[in-house]
Amino acid sequence: MLILTCPYCEVEGEETEFHPGGQAHLKRFGPGSSDEAFRDYLFERKNPRGVHFERWQHQYGCGKWFHVARCTVTLEVFGSYSAQSLAPPAEVLETIQARRPGWEFET
Amino acid sequence: MSETVFEGAIRVERFVGFGMITIRGDFSDAKIAQATAARFGAGVPKTRAITVGDTGMLAWMSPDELLAVVPLGEADGLAAALADDLSAAHALVVNVSDARSVFRLTGAGAREVLAKGAPVDMSPQAFGPGMIRRTRLGQVACAFWMSGDDQFDLVCFRSVGDFVFDWLKVAARDGSLPEYL
Ligand SMILES: [Zn+2]
Repeated sequence: MLILTCPYCEVEGEETEFHPGGQAHLKRFGPGSSDEAFRDYLFERKNPRGVHFERWQHQYGCGKWFHVARCTVTLEVFGSYSAQSLAPPAEVLETIQARRPGWEFET
Repeated sequence: MSETVFEGAIRVERFVGFGMITIRGDFSDAKIAQATAARFGAGVPKTRAITVGDTGMLAWMSPDELLAVVPLGEADGLAAALADDLSAAHALVVNVSDARSVFRLTGAGAREVLAKGAPVDMSPQAFGPGMIRRTRLGQVACAFWMSGDDQFDLVCFRSVGDFVFDWLKVAARDGSLPEYL
């Protein structure tokens, strides 16, 4: 079972209270970009075995969107942080590096 | 209205008489916080908390949303008055009394009934008076808080009110609660 912490409610809830929003920190390519860049923005997603950054919504709680760093294999959650973040915060990256030595953040 | 009270392992009452006002705004803005607190005679609640004042109860719904629970007959007047207080601020005040159904769960097993459908730690150590929890019950959104010893008030959208009442009646059937109660 995936247990997530909403950074707004500060509540630990299980997965069914939340709604998944897919990969986090996408850079938008819209009008003026190449067809390839727009296609990749729409459809190209990472599917890692291990550390992953995602968007989640506290659907049955406060309704807010937020970010989660978690492991897709063990469902270990390394941290959740506000939706108004363009990149994972340093402390979340440090937590991941402590738990997964050798892991490097790729944008 | 059809049946409004169910007596099983606990008492479930479909409750009429709650006026509910949604207030949205930035409550870290002292003007919005003070006007809201003054209007209800209750402090602005902290995260997942409720506060009780002279004119009603304030519940934390999200970082920028509060729910005021007041007597039904006073909801329109209070909403209009607070909207007037906040007319210069970026805030929204709406009487949503008709948008929700309210249930009152009374009995020693009330925690167990809720725990059947909500993914929430309902032990007395984890959930007590002064708290509100927005979550799901079965498949629908709800919020509940304690309104007395062994008593919970629960709100859900009116469109799923019949479903929630049916759900509670099944969950509160005689003999369906753990034997340690
Ligand atoms: Zn939340």
